[in-house]
Order: sequence, then C-alpha cells, then structure tokens
Amino acid sequence: MKKHIQDLKVIENQAINSQYYLLKLRASGTLPEILPGQFAEVKVDKAPNTFLRRPISVHDVVYDKNELHLLIEKKGEGTITMADLQEGESLNLVYPLGNTWSIPAKTESVLLVGGGCGVAPLLFTARKLAENGIKVTTLIGGRGTANLLRIDAYKPFGEVFTSTEDSSHGETGFVTQHSVMQNLQAFDAVLTCGPEAMMKALGKMAQEQKVHCEVSLENTMACGIGACLVCVQDTKEGHKCVCTDGPVFNVNDLKW
Amino acid sequence: MVNTAVNLNGLKLKNPVMTASGTFGYGPEFQDFIDIERLGAYIVKGTTLHPRQGNPYPRMAETPSGMLNAVGLQNVGVDKFIADIYPNIKDFNSHAIVNVSGSQVEDYVETARKINELENIPAIELNISCPNVKEGGMAFGTSCPAAAEVIKAVRKVYSKHLMVKLSPNVTSVVDIAEVAEQEGADSVSLINTLLGIAIDAKTRKPILSTITGGLSGPAVKPVALRMVWQVAQAVNIPVVGLGGIMTAEDAIEFLLAGASAVQIGTANFIDPAITMKIVDGIESYMLEHGFEDVNELIGGMITE
Repeated sequence: MKKHIQDLKVIENQAINSQYYLLKLRASGTLPEILPGQFAEVKVDKAPNTFLRRPISVHDVVYDKNELHLLIEKKGEGTITMADLQEGESLNLVYPLGNTWSIPAKTESVLLVGGGCGVAPLLFTARKLAENGIKVTTLIGGRGTANLLRIDAYKPFGEVFTSTEDSSHGETGFVTQHSVMQNLQAFDAVLTCGPEAMMKALGKMAQEQKVHCEVSLENTMACGIGACLVCVQDTKEGHKCVCTDGPVFNVNDLKW
Repeated sequence: MVNTAVNLNGLKLKNPVMTASGTFGYGPEFQDFIDIERLGAYIVKGTTLHPRQGNPYPRMAETPSGMLNAVGLQNVGVDKFIADIYPNIKDFNSHAIVNVSGSQVEDYVETARKINELENIPAIELNISCPNVKEGGMAFGTSCPAAAEVIKAVRKVYSKHLMVKLSPNVTSVVDIAEVAEQEGADSVSLINTLLGIAIDAKTRKPILSTITGGLSGPAVKPVALRMVWQVAQAVNIPVVGLGGIMTAEDAIEFLLAGASAVQIGTANFIDPAITMKIVDGIESYMLEHGFEDVNELIGGMITE
C-alpha cells in the first residue's frame, strides 16, 4: 500500500469532554485506501517541545466525503496542542501506516473490546466488519463514564456493552469481568485496544479459551515507517516494529 | 545549470546529500516519498557480522529539539544483508554505502571483507562511534590506539572507499580524525550521536532501557558544525558532515564549515521527503547566491 505525506484540512474539532476530542479531517483529493487498524503520523505545529510526529489511530473513514477521523486523548504537549486546532487549519499526515487485523476466514462473529481511548481504532474496524456481514459486538470500558467514548457511534454496527470501574455506567469492574466475557467462545475473534494491562488480561482469557485474539499496540515511535527501529515489541520471533509489523499483533505471537 | 556534483576522494556523488545510517532503513522504506536516485548516496543501517536484536524497549526518548535513541544496532547481519537486501538495492542509480559495525576487530574485518565483494557497494562507513552497544562500537572511536587498530585492519581487506564515522564523545575529535587519515581512511563522517540520558521525573526512572542513549536532531547541530570545522582544517581527506540537519540551509552551513558532503539523519523521521527538499534547496541557494559550483561552498565560511 502506498504511503502518503499530505496536508489535510480540519473540518471539525469536537471536544468530547475535558480529556478527549474528535478531530475530523478532509483530504483535498481522494483519500487513499486505508485499512482498519492502521494509523497516521501527525505533525504537530505550534508545540515547541514536541519534535517528532504523533502516531494516532485511524478512528473512522468516510470515503464519499474524503474524511478521516481521529479520536485523541490529551496526554502530552502534542495532543494537548492539537486539541486547539480550528476548523480550516491544516494538519500534515504521513499515512496510512501499519498493518491491519487478520481475523480467520469464515469468521461470523467478532467481539471488539476498547478501553478508554483504545476504542479509537475499533470504529472503522466495526464499520468494515459489518460491511462484510460479520456480526459485531462491542464492549467499551473505562474508569468512569467520562472514559467511555463514542458508545453511540458503535451502535449502528451491533450490540454495545459497557463497564466502568466506578459503577457509573454499565456493569461494574474491568472489561475482563464483564458478563459478555463469560462466553468468549461465542465469538470467532476478539480484537482489542486499550491499556496494556487490560489487553494482557484479555489476551490471557482468550488464550485459555482458545479464541483468536488480536491486540493493537501503541509503543513509542519515531518514524512510523520501519526505519528507526525504536518502537520494537518483543515477540516470539524477536523484536518486531510496531509501526510496520504492527500495530496489530496476534496475542499468541507476543511474549506476554 | 549549476554543478552540484562533489568528488569524495574518488567517490563521485551527483550532489552532496546522503542519508545517515540508522535513519533510512535500507532505502526502500522511503520509496513512497522520494526518488532514491536523486540522492548523492544513501547509507544503510549499521550492519554487523552476526544478526543483532538490539537493546530492549524502550529505546527512544523525545528531547527538546531532538531525540535520544538506544537501538543498539539491531540488524539482520551481513550474510542476510547480502542475500536478501542487496539484490533489492543494488540497481538504484545512486551509491548505496554500508555502515559496518562490530564488537571486536575481527568482526569489522570479516564484515568489510564480505561487503568488499559486492560490486555495487562502492564504499563502507566504518562505525567506530555507536554509543549504544556494550562492547566495541564507540570504544573504538574514543581512543587513538583502538581507532588505529580497527581502521588499519579493515583497510587491509577493504579496497574501495573507506569512510570512518567519528564519535563526538571524545576530548579531541581532531586526534581521532588524524588517526583515521594516517591509517588510510578515504574520508571521515561526523558526528555520530552525543551520549545522553533522559529521566522521567514522575517515576524517577530513566526513560531508556539502557539508561544512556545517543542524542540526535537539531539540538546537536552547533556541536556538529564546530567539530566538522575543526576536523576539516586538520585533515586532507574529505569530511562528511552530519548532526541535526533539518533544512537545505543547515546543509549549506555544514558545507561552509568544511564538509564536502552531508548526511541527513533524524530529519527523515519527521519528514520522509526531506532529502528531496534539501537537494532542491541547495540548488536554489546556489542560484540565489550566484554559485555555479557547489564545491565553491565547501569551507567557504567567511571569517574576516
């Protein structure tokens, strides 16, 4: 897949709450083909202490409007600065980067599990799965209601469950304690993104129940294109670049 | 038309712009963004006799105007390079130069001997300055006798252009450069990264798994320019300058300080098309300032 370096226009920058925002961008021409699970390296201007690009998951793609949506958590100076981007400003992206999910052939039903901002790469994934006639179930978890993101956006693609640690929404506890997890074998695959501890626990459950499980990692990166070799993940086959061999890995390939 | 070609002691480049080892993969990683054949040369990832996994993650820390890395020479090893990678890059109409590293003299020699057999690799860059390996690497580049020993040994088996990459982590870079010249290096490149540390005040832990790493990016540019300027005055072999070049103007500054060519490193991570902008920008600078030959710029800093 050809990678591009392009300026995209901000068409909307919507604060979800004080911690998260949804940034909608539009390409001047036709968007390149983008696969679910891929990401973009975003150049942050006006942030004097950021030097490198910021790797951000593709949240959603609207091809007929040439729109690319990013769901972003304010974590450091780069993502805090981007929260102030105004409609009409442009943002330079290197994209699309990374691999995609590789669910088994004949998959009929998939469980998506997102923790906090980890729901980001799962919306375009849900859209594509649904387009392919695969049943989508989504479980969204977080510390509290403020960390449960984009619940309504997932609803058109299938059933959505939630869990919070503070009991403010859905079931109480971690996503791994949710009742939907009691019958993991009802799904042909589990795709997840979120805090590493969550993905590890979920991966372990999936392995125990022999359910196909893929995780999306977010190791610190520089180039995003496999040149600098800093974002490596230790796998059973040695160090692999999260930017080019990932960000999606089968949990069985990791040394977790 | 302006002349942008430079001659590095017999190694002819169509322009003075190269890419720095460890920042450009093996080249094809950048093909969606640039025309590799418009580069004067490109230096591929540091290659060792045996495959290396490099250091554990995390091995990068973003720092003000730069970054620290502690990759530790992760690479597939020279045999796999020759079998799997060389066939894909050998026909580019640009010079592919292999950065050769090792932990002992014999490793460097054996790797250089193997690369010497490759028809379309006209040069090696001998890396005696990697700060991120426990053994060898920078140890060879921070002592005159150790540098002399490895350069002499490689020179015996390597018949093509031998560029030696120097470490800035020394009391006198000129002393090491002079040793390189005496032992038969055809050129020297500098600077490799500056040894540094990043600490997370919140956790009170180092950010890099190795604690120390190598600093690159515009933060190091003034140090690099100073060292290039000192070395260019001290040796008669060509100097290749690198360290924090982000723009064509930065590249021009290195030429003015005495570099005959430049390498673009960390900038590739931020703009994968930066090398083309620098190639074009050097030409624009020449046209704008009335230079017909890029060689007029080399060492052209006006001090009076």
